[in-house]
Amino acid sequence: MKALLIRDLQLAMRAGGGFGLGLAFFLIVTALVPFGVGPQSALLSTIAPGILWLGALLACLLSLDRILALDWEDGTLDLLACAPLPMEATVSIKAFAHWLTTGLPLVIAAPLFGLLLNLPSAGYIPLVLSLLLGTPALSVIGTFGAALTVGIKRGGLLLSLLVLPLYVPTLIYGAEAARRGAEGLSSTTPLMMLAGITFGTIALLPFASAAVLRVNIR
Amino acid sequence: MSLWEYANPVKFMALSGRVLPVVAVLSGLCLVVGLVWGFFFTPDDFRQGSTVKIIYLHVPAALMAINVWLMMLVTSLVWIIRRHHVSALAAKAAAPIGVVMTLIALITGAIWGQPMWGTWWAWDPRLTSFLILFLFYLGYIALWAAIEDNDSAADLTSILCLVGSVFALLSRYAVNFWNQGLHQGASLSLDKEKNVADVFYQPLLFCIAGFVLLFIALLLLRTRTEIRVRRTKSLLARERMA
Amino acid sequence: MMPDLGKYAGSVLSAYGASIVFLIAIVVLSVVQSRRAKAALKDVEDRRND
Repeated sequence: MKALLIRDLQLAMRAGGGFGLGLAFFLIVTALVPFGVGPQSALLSTIAPGILWLGALLACLLSLDRILALDWEDGTLDLLACAPLPMEATVSIKAFAHWLTTGLPLVIAAPLFGLLLNLPSAGYIPLVLSLLLGTPALSVIGTFGAALTVGIKRGGLLLSLLVLPLYVPTLIYGAEAARRGAEGLSSTTPLMMLAGITFGTIALLPFASAAVLRVNIR
Repeated sequence: MSLWEYANPVKFMALSGRVLPVVAVLSGLCLVVGLVWGFFFTPDDFRQGSTVKIIYLHVPAALMAINVWLMMLVTSLVWIIRRHHVSALAAKAAAPIGVVMTLIALITGAIWGQPMWGTWWAWDPRLTSFLILFLFYLGYIALWAAIEDNDSAADLTSILCLVGSVFALLSRYAVNFWNQGLHQGASLSLDKEKNVADVFYQPLLFCIAGFVLLFIALLLLRTRTEIRVRRTKSLLARERMA
Repeated sequence: MMPDLGKYAGSVLSAYGASIVFLIAIVVLSVVQSRRAKAALKDVEDRRND
């Protein structure tokens, strides 16, 4: 298990920028928003939590097809299917590796990008907390989507179409927590709901992903 | 004699061939009676004026939009558990009908909302949930279309339908939490006090029956199409082998 | 015969129009697909029986 995790992490570090790409994308999205809506700082600070959440979500989405596509192409997945490790564990580790390489950097970078968008000072802690709680769900759900579309050529667009509706609850609670925090309200309730969704998906969705992957490998 | 017998395509074709015309005629009758009654012979609402007539399309379509997804959920489960091909094909056949029902509900809702709420669209929980449901339908259909192997496609779409149902439900509650609505509560209720007035209720029942029957008729027709398409494919494959 | 729809005539009529167009579209589409499938199957089966 550890070997697989380390291998995935090393590959992500090495394979020509899969690691930094998500972050760079996140930066570009945040930088483009003021061009789109205008530079008024009052407006920016009200929409900042939502934009940061949306940016993180899109950056996550962008890197989803890397989770499984490469291993599928070179046959690693077939080997993993024969390995003594159950498929559920493989899928969970892949999701975890994806989170470590895309989700976690996004969480760490989000406060910096918050500065760019004039996020009110009360909003930083809820923003980071909500991202920390929410991004694992994004990775796990994304792995499910990647497993669904792994056998399909040019499945990238389909992957987005399938995964984005599944992201709706996470996005709503996450962005709501960040928004309430930025307005100085208590964000405990949405954070609890977000945590519920995240832990629920982590516990249950790998079974669906593994089932789907077995169908695709068959 | 059990329901499972009709998992056999031959038996299903024989039965559905006999049932289909009856259901189709009945659904046409109900729709004509309900819509004509509703459109020509019901009074205007004292507050909503003549726009209340939109209810005869909006409510049945919305009802079906959700129930079609539920039916797909059940047939997906049947496919996963008992692997009856007719069941998987019925789910595939139902999805486009669900899309149309969702679209009708959304469009009539927008047209109704414009004079009543002064806006075509509001990010109201019910409206938003329907939009999300619409996206789920699109993803489901796209996945069916993208996979070539029939059994894998049936497996993958069934699992997507199960997972999607859970997330659709989660979204429903998330959306409720996120915004308070303009939309009124449920129009139909067993509680007499909350139900719509009888003048509107009776033609509405006909319309609902018409929509349900129309769905059944279309479902049978489309499932028959899918079965035929699959048989044609396998015969062609056999021809090439020979 | 036509009921008086008052100032909302446009809304009501367009809602009915749009819905009926959609319903007819899905019905026609299903019937056309069904016909096509039936013809294709008949074609293949005739060839097989020859």
